[in-house]
Amino acid sequence: MKKICLAVVGLYLNLVAAFAQTNTQTDSTQYKNRKLKLEEVNLVSSYYRQKGDNSAVTGGVGTEKLTDIANIIDVKFARYDKKFRKHTYSVELGADTYTSASSDKIDLKANSSASSHDIRIYPSLSWSVENEKKGTTFGLNASASSEFDYKSVGFGASFSMKSKDNNREITVKAQAYLDKVSLIFPIELRSGYVPGAPDRDHIQYATTPRKSFSGSLSYSQVVNQKLQLLFLLDLARQSGYLGLPFHRVYFNDNTLKVESLPSNRFKIPIGIRANYFLGDKVIIRSFYRFYHDDWGLTAHTADIETVIKLTPFFSVAPYYRYYHQSAVKYFAPYMAHTASDVFYTSNYDLSKFDSHFIGAGFRFAPPKGVLGNEHFSMIEIRYGHYIRSTNFNSNIISLNLKFK
Amino acid sequence: MTLQRTTTFILICLGLIFSIASCTTVKAYQKGKLNDSEMELGARKIQKTEMSFQAYREGASGVNGGKTGGGCGCN
Repeated sequence: MKKICLAVVGLYLNLVAAFAQTNTQTDSTQYKNRKLKLEEVNLVSSYYRQKGDNSAVTGGVGTEKLTDIANIIDVKFARYDKKFRKHTYSVELGADTYTSASSDKIDLKANSSASSHDIRIYPSLSWSVENEKKGTTFGLNASASSEFDYKSVGFGASFSMKSKDNNREITVKAQAYLDKVSLIFPIELRSGYVPGAPDRDHIQYATTPRKSFSGSLSYSQVVNQKLQLLFLLDLARQSGYLGLPFHRVYFNDNTLKVESLPSNRFKIPIGIRANYFLGDKVIIRSFYRFYHDDWGLTAHTADIETVIKLTPFFSVAPYYRYYHQSAVKYFAPYMAHTASDVFYTSNYDLSKFDSHFIGAGFRFAPPKGVLGNEHFSMIEIRYGHYIRSTNFNSNIISLNLKFK
Repeated sequence: MTLQRTTTFILICLGLIFSIASCTTVKAYQKGKLNDSEMELGARKIQKTEMSFQAYREGASGVNGGKTGGGCGCN
């Protein structure tokens, strides 16, 4: 009898233990750490240098020499709430330090004036909440940008939804920028200008607004185990002062005025991105964009990058980008505009040209961390050479360090 | 003429989207290659400064993460 009782008790305990284990397993799959956790930190630095002979500041002739050192730090945090929704917070701070030989010519007689260099600071914040069960993500962002003659605040919202099998995703975004342009005119066109007199108005520049609103729609699709596509559409409208007040225009009758452009611009860029895993070691990343706006500018951009994985942790990625644009209706070169023109610019960034951008990237992401430091997860270096058919060229070298 | 071209391009894209919407379903365990960090759809962090200079030096912008205006003295 004792044996039977012990056997029954033993069976009962086994049964209890078995259920206890099942419950524990279920709970462990539901568990999400709700503490705010540092996800990653990215440091991006770059050095950019350009040369050209068609500066808009001097009416489409003159040096475009410019150097820029950019540094951006981006910190991302995440946490789960009581409903197991993932909240992601991003804080970014960027600073560009640049010297510009053409801006220096706001005063044609100057040699290294206050306009020859500046610093642009641009912080931004973003928050998103992802419901992993429903496959939806909602996000908000705010940003600012400040340089001597240009201030901007921006904010936006986004919503995305994934299909149940995670093979499709649709995203809608809305973005607004409210900017202020300081009216810094070429020194000889300022009212009350006396040649040789010091610039007394230096800290009293009037400002004028520029507003930009855009709506974006994107749709991504997994085609098969190696190919995925992304379709993109933006509709953007700008209003306000859309030129720059220190861009000179010389007319064919030898008169000089400041660039004049319409106070509205409507832009439609549309693009497609395709990424394909070829074999086991090669990834082809491609992008095409068609762009059209109501100033008459039509552009095509085609970009291809081939990532070659030399080892699972080290890759080399040569790339090539081709760009073509037609001129805006209001562009004419130095001394080609006529007095009857209502709108006019000699800014070669809005002229007809082709450009080629060629370079390579090197990425190293070892599983035990760079230099054996497990928090230092990735280092990437990228170089590019840019050639424009308007006798303009530039070079850029960038570095990205990622910490987790 | 250009508006017609834009409309045609949008229609082609929509046609492509509808035609691929019935693609074979790829299961989560079959996404090893798609989940590779280099397969990410969209521009990478290191391209941020490149896109910034392109937005200044070219008349077109948008859809690739580059700004469609605002936030800087660019086009």
